[in-house]
Amino acid sequence: MKLYIADGNPHCIKVLAALELAGVKCDTEVVSHEEKVVPHFTHPVLPVLLLPDGQHLFSPNSICQYLFDISGQNATDATNQWLEWEATNLQPAVLQSLHMVALQGKHVEAAAVMKEPLNWLELSLSKKNTPFLTAEAVSVADIVLWAALYPLLSDSGFDAGELRFVRGWFERVGGLEACQTSVRRVLQGKGVEALKTFLQKLPATQTQRRDSPTNANEAEDGEHVMTVEEIEEAAQVWSEGLKASPAVSERKHPVLPQEGKRNVLLTSALPYVNNVPHLGNIIGCVLSADVFARYGRLRGWNLLYICGTDEYGTATENKAREEGLTPQEICDKYHAVHADIYQWFQIDFDFFGRTTTERQTEIAQDIFWRLHERGFLLEDTVEQLRCESCQRFLADRFVEGECPHCRYPEARGDQCDKCGRLINAVELRNPQCKVCKETPVIRSSKHLFLNLPKVINTPVFYVWFDAPIGYLSITANYTDQWEKWWKNPQQVELYNFMAKDNVPFHSVVFPCSLLGAQDNYTLVNHLIATEYLNYEDTKFSKSRGVGVFGDMAKDTGIPSDVWRFYLLYLRPEGQDSAFSWSDMALKNNSELLNNLGNFINRAGMFVSKFFDGRVPEMLLNEEDKRLIAQVRWELKQYIQLLDKVRIRDALKCILNISRHGNQYIQVNEPWKKIKGGDGDRRRAGTVTGVSVNVACLLSVVLEPYMPSVSHTIRQQLQAPPTCVSTMLQNTGTFICTLPAGHCIGTVSPLFQKLENEQIEALRKRFGGQQTPSSSSAAVETKPSSGAAQDADPERAKQLTALVAEQGNKVRVLKAQKAEKSVVDKEVETLLDLKKQLSLAEGKNPAAQKGKKK
Amino acid sequence: MYHINMTPVSSVHHDVSEARLEDLHQSASVLCVSLVSGVIKMALRELSSLERFLGLKKPNKYSTQGGKKVPVLQNNNGPSLIGLVTIASHLVREAKRPELLGDSAERRAVVQQWLEHRVTRLDNCSKEEVKVILKDLNQYLEDKVYLAGNVFTLADILMYYGIHHIVVELAVQEKERYLNITRWFDHIQHYPGIRHHLPPVVVLRNRVYPSGHY
Repeated sequence: MKLYIADGNPHCIKVLAALELAGVKCDTEVVSHEEKVVPHFTHPVLPVLLLPDGQHLFSPNSICQYLFDISGQNATDATNQWLEWEATNLQPAVLQSLHMVALQGKHVEAAAVMKEPLNWLELSLSKKNTPFLTAEAVSVADIVLWAALYPLLSDSGFDAGELRFVRGWFERVGGLEACQTSVRRVLQGKGVEALKTFLQKLPATQTQRRDSPTNANEAEDGEHVMTVEEIEEAAQVWSEGLKASPAVSERKHPVLPQEGKRNVLLTSALPYVNNVPHLGNIIGCVLSADVFARYGRLRGWNLLYICGTDEYGTATENKAREEGLTPQEICDKYHAVHADIYQWFQIDFDFFGRTTTERQTEIAQDIFWRLHERGFLLEDTVEQLRCESCQRFLADRFVEGECPHCRYPEARGDQCDKCGRLINAVELRNPQCKVCKETPVIRSSKHLFLNLPKVINTPVFYVWFDAPIGYLSITANYTDQWEKWWKNPQQVELYNFMAKDNVPFHSVVFPCSLLGAQDNYTLVNHLIATEYLNYEDTKFSKSRGVGVFGDMAKDTGIPSDVWRFYLLYLRPEGQDSAFSWSDMALKNNSELLNNLGNFINRAGMFVSKFFDGRVPEMLLNEEDKRLIAQVRWELKQYIQLLDKVRIRDALKCILNISRHGNQYIQVNEPWKKIKGGDGDRRRAGTVTGVSVNVACLLSVVLEPYMPSVSHTIRQQLQAPPTCVSTMLQNTGTFICTLPAGHCIGTVSPLFQKLENEQIEALRKRFGGQQTPSSSSAAVETKPSSGAAQDADPERAKQLTALVAEQGNKVRVLKAQKAEKSVVDKEVETLLDLKKQLSLAEGKNPAAQKGKKK
Repeated sequence: MYHINMTPVSSVHHDVSEARLEDLHQSASVLCVSLVSGVIKMALRELSSLERFLGLKKPNKYSTQGGKKVPVLQNNNGPSLIGLVTIASHLVREAKRPELLGDSAERRAVVQQWLEHRVTRLDNCSKEEVKVILKDLNQYLEDKVYLAGNVFTLADILMYYGIHHIVVELAVQEKERYLNITRWFDHIQHYPGIRHHLPPVVVLRNRVYPSGHY
C-alpha cells in the first residue's frame, strides 16, 4: 500500500489525518502537482492511495473511509451522509472560496460563498448533543469536514460569522494530535498561502459554483463567450454590406464535373418500389440528402443529386403477387407514387430515375463480367430454404422467422429489423414461407459469391450486386457523360445517404464490386447513415404496413415545409427517434410559431408600421454589435455543422439565431421607443434595422430546410438575390444586406398554430392510436376519414387472420388459373371479410374504398 | 424502520416531489414530466428502480431538498437521510445485500469512490467535462467487467443511471470511440432488473467505423 501526496494540496490534510488516526502503516511519497499517478486519468489527481491489489483510490473521502474501515470503524448511514454532503456541497464552496481568498483577496465574497454550507453545519450541530458529528467519538465524518474547513476557518482574514457550535466542534477535532501533524505537513505553517500553486492549477470549473442556476443554464446552452475583438470584427464585417458579387449561376442540365470546383456527387438510397415510402424512409434518405444538396448548391459547389426507385428484387415480386398485378405494373404504379411524394416534400433531385432500364443491364453486366474475368467470383453450394408446397427456393424476403440473435419474431430472411444484423435465412428459428405460411425445408443450391479475400463471403450477391449499380445506371439515363461522375475519383467526392441497415452493402459489397471491376470507379468518400425513426410508440414498417406514409402527409393540411422541419428536427442522428403527433404540434407552436415566425414577423412589421416600409438608419451601439457577433457565431457553427452533415444540430443554430433576435427586441422595446424623443426614435430605428437584417439571414439559412418559407421571407423583405450565396461563402459572413432606405414588401405571418383538436383528429385518422403491444399485429394503417366507430380489437385480430387465409386462397386459385366464377366467388368472400375487419377496427369501410384510385 | 410519513421535510420544495415511489412505479409509463420536474423525478425514479431491483416491498417516502433537488428519505423514528449515495447505500443494506457495496474493505472503498464520482463529477457536468469524463472512464474500464473489477456492485447501477442521459446522445461513432464504456453500459442495461425507468440504448455489435480512425 502506498500513499501519494503533494505539498500544499488541501485534500491531503484529511488523508494524512485519517492515516495517523487509524494507525495504519503505509509508505508515503511526496510528488509534484503534475504527477500522473492514476494511469486512467487525463489530468493529474492527488492524493492517491495505491491499494495492495493494485487498484488506485483517487477520492480523498474514499481513502479516509477505507483507512477507518480497515481499522475497524465501518461506514454508517450518518457518516455516509456527511461524506456525501462534503463532496457535493461543501467542497465546491470551499474551493471557490479558497480561490477568492488566496488568489484574488476577495474576503467578503469568499465568506458569502461559505455562508450557506456553514449555516447548515451550525444548524445540524446545534440539534446534536454529542461532541462530534455522528457520535461521542471522532469519526471519519469529523476528519473529512474538519480538514475541508481548516484552511478557511484558520485564516485570520476569513470572517465566518458567529458560529458557536461549528467553532466548538472545529476546535475539538483540531485538537487531535493527528490533525495537527497533518496540517503542519501540508501547509507548512504558511496557511492559505501554501495552497496558491494548487489553486492556480485548478480547472476553472472547480472554482465556480455549479449549483447557481445561471451558471448551470449557460453550460447547458453551450453559450459562446465572445471577446471584444470578436465583437468589433463582426460589426465591421456587417457594416460593409453587400458588395457587387457575381449572381448565382443558374443550374444547367446536365450538371457535369468542372475543373477547379468542388464536385459533389450525392446519392440517396434507392427506395424499393414495392411500397409507399413512410416518414422514416423520407427522413432517412431523400430528405436528408436534399437538405445537404440544397446547402451545397448555395455554397457554390458543383453538385449532382441522383436518386430513383429500385425495381428489382423479390420484394417487388411479392408485392405484385399481393396486389394481383404484374411486376412491371407494380413498378410503374409505385414509381409514380414515389415521384409524387418526393415532389410534394420538395425534394430537389437533379434526376429521379428507376433501375429497370437497359443502362442498368448493360452496366451491371459489364461489372459482372469484369469481376468474373478477374476471378473475383466464386461458385459455391449453399443451403437454402425451399418451400415444398410452393415448389420453389425461398429468396430472403419470402421467409420470416425468429431472429437467432435477438429472438425478434418477425425477422426477415436476410436481416433482422430489430437488431439490424445480417442473417442467413437457414439460421432463422421457426421459418415460415411468406406465401403459404408452411414451414420450408433446407436444400442445397448453387450461388455466386463475391470473393472478398480474407474479409467475408457475402451470400447476398444476387440482391445487392445490382441494386447500388442503380446509382450508375440512373446517372447514365440522366446524361450520356455519366462516366465523368462515376469514373472520376480524382475530381468527384461521393456522398451516399442511407438508413443504418444499408451500411454494410454500401461500405463493403458495393465498393468491393467497383474496386474489383478495376475500371477507375468513383468510390464513396462520405457515408451518411441515419438510425431509425419510429412512429409514436411503435415501429414503422414497410413490410408490415405500420405508420404514416408519404402520400398521407399532404392530406393533413400541414404544409410540406412544416413536415420537413419536424422530420429534420428529429432526424435520428445518433439514436433512434420517434415521430409523435403531439410533439409535432408542440414544436410547430413553440419553435416555428413563437420563436422563428414571431421574430421574423415582428422585425418586418416594425419596418412597415413605424418606418413606412423603409429600413431605417442604423447606428450601432455595443449591444447591437454584441447581437451581430452572436448571430455571426451561430452562422459559423451552422456552416461547420452542415459541412459535416450534422443536419439536426445545424437546425438548432437557426433557432438559436431567432431566439437571440427575440431577446434583443424584447429588451430594447422598439414599439415603446418609437413614441419617445429623437434619441429614442433613432434607437428604435437601429433595433428594427438590425432585426430585419437578422430576419434576412434567417431566410438564407432556412433555405435547405424549409425552401418555401425561406422564399416567402425573402419575397416579403424584397431581399436582393445575391444575399444567399454571399452570406454562406467560406466560413459564413453575416452582413447588412438590407441597408437603410431599402423598401420591403408586404409582411404576413409565416406559420399557423396547430391546435390540439386538429392534432388529435389527425392522430385518430392516421391510425397512430395503436398501443405498443399491438405493434406486431399486421394491421394496415390506411386513412379513414369517416367517424371512428366502436372498435373491437379481439374480433379484428380474428378477422385479420381470416382475411390473410382467404387472400391466400384467392391467390392460389388465380395462380392455378381456376375458373372465373370460382375465383369471383372467393374474391367476394374476401371483400366481405375485409369490410368486417374495417368495422372491427373502427374504420369506415366506405371512406376507405373511396381512397383507392 | 422507515414508515410512511405524511409530513414533508422541506416545506419549500415539496410541491413537485411529494410522491410515493409506488405511485411512480404504477405511473411510470404514463408519466409525462415537464423539463423542470424531469430532473427532480429522475433521482427519485432511480431510487424507485433500485428498490425494485432489490425487491424491497415496503414503500419508502421521499422528497427533495434545496435548489439541487437532493433526494431525501423520510423516517419516522429519527432524522431523515439525505443524498442519493447515502440513501442508495442504505437501501442496499436494508435489503440485506451488503455484497453490492463491496465484500472487502478495498472493494468497499472502490465502490464508494465511484458512487462519489457519480454525484460529484457526472451530475451537472458541462459539455466540455463530459468528454474528459468519458475518456477517463473508457480507459479505466479497459481491463474491467464492472467498475469494481469482476463483481457487479451498486457503483455499476448508479453510474449507469447517471451516465444514461449522456450515452443516449452519443453518435454511433462516439459509441465506438468509447468502446469500453459502451460494452459496460450495454452489459448493465441488460443486467436483470436494472433498466426499469430508462429507455434502452441501441448498441451495434458490428463496428461501423474502422478502428484506428481517430
